[in-house]
Amino acid sequence: MIENHYDVIVIGAGPAGLTAGIYLARGKMKTLILNEGAVGGQTVLTHEIANYPGIEKISGFQLARNMKSQAVSFGCTIKSNINITKLSVNGDVKSVEVNGKDIFTSDSIILATGGKSRSLNVPGENEFKGKGISYCATCDGDFFQDKNIIVVGGGNSALEEAVSLTKYASSVTIVHQFDHFQAFPHAVEEAKNNPKIRFLMESKIIEFSGNEKLERVKIGNQITKEINEQAIDGVFILIGYEPNTQKLEGIVALNKRNEIIVDEHLQTSIPGVYAAGDSITKRYRQITTAVADGTIAALNSIEYINKKRANMAA
Amino acid sequence: MLQTNLTHLTSEEKFNQTLKENENVMVCCGRMGPMCIPVYEAMEELESTYKNVKFADMEFDSQTGNLIRSLPETKNFNGLPFTVYFKNGKVVKATSSIQSMDQITNILDSNFGK
Repeated sequence: MIENHYDVIVIGAGPAGLTAGIYLARGKMKTLILNEGAVGGQTVLTHEIANYPGIEKISGFQLARNMKSQAVSFGCTIKSNINITKLSVNGDVKSVEVNGKDIFTSDSIILATGGKSRSLNVPGENEFKGKGISYCATCDGDFFQDKNIIVVGGGNSALEEAVSLTKYASSVTIVHQFDHFQAFPHAVEEAKNNPKIRFLMESKIIEFSGNEKLERVKIGNQITKEINEQAIDGVFILIGYEPNTQKLEGIVALNKRNEIIVDEHLQTSIPGVYAAGDSITKRYRQITTAVADGTIAALNSIEYINKKRANMAA
Repeated sequence: MLQTNLTHLTSEEKFNQTLKENENVMVCCGRMGPMCIPVYEAMEELESTYKNVKFADMEFDSQTGNLIRSLPETKNFNGLPFTVYFKNGKVVKATSSIQSMDQITNILDSNFGK
């Protein structure tokens, strides 16, 4: 029990969680970072980062790796690719159960659970992932040389990647559920000016099918309710991100978009539990805002612990 | 060369030798991209637990990568990485695109035992 007690447990090892770890460890807090996926979170989704101050260009992977070694060098313990099976945050001692067996406790917790790519959740989507369905245009675009593909989405990523995919594909159809795009006007204009791109507005994919690979999609029109089936070689689903907060439901207060509600100190609805990064309620989700959140959450967590200990000593 | 701590299969000779010397082999063939990195990381973590499995990677765009790209088991794949599991030199399972730790350990347990 004793060896598994930490001053602070950080859940998540993206830029917010790793930054929190760096500040906590430098603040002499015994820190454990638990991460369900790969270290770096969504940072590793970016091939090149050019807007992180002080670094002209770096890959997301390298930036995440640098942050990880920095956190480890200051004394953080990082456990990644684990499964959090139970989280208890009420009371003075918080506890996290990992992989259904190991229990780690702490005085404070920082939730930096980040986000994940949204999926359509329609029949066939899981079956054809990697066999025609992709969530990463830069990873898989070159498999679709001279093929007919669909890009689902209406934000900046969807429109920019649709244009980029025309380097490979013979045609790109953008399927979007609304009658207008959320992307910036210049991205919309660039897509509209590309002769290989056509648009299917107010429409949704309702089913994927095929034999050993994706071969067909069913698309439903939102207004007329008409359903059309068409042959297709590939579909890129680029409909944004959602917060990784499924395991936090009923544990800390979430808003209707399932983002963690925090106050100005980044404290959640539970004393001693802070949150940082893409999983909290905020407008701008950038690496720079995540590291700022991680810093603030860590410093407030340290203050919370110091005050608690001072009160106990008094 | 891929920036991982796994064994790098950089030639056909090394690939064949790895399959010959190890009963159970997991090969992840990819790039340093967002869908591949989580799989390499999971493999690095699993190396100490699954002593009965040899974990290796291979550059997708290299000539050696063709050994994985040309397997019948990967012919319908179009999502990186291509991950192939070999038992006694024969393919027992292959997956396309990113896989979670749970998905990987399920495959390892059911094909290679714990």
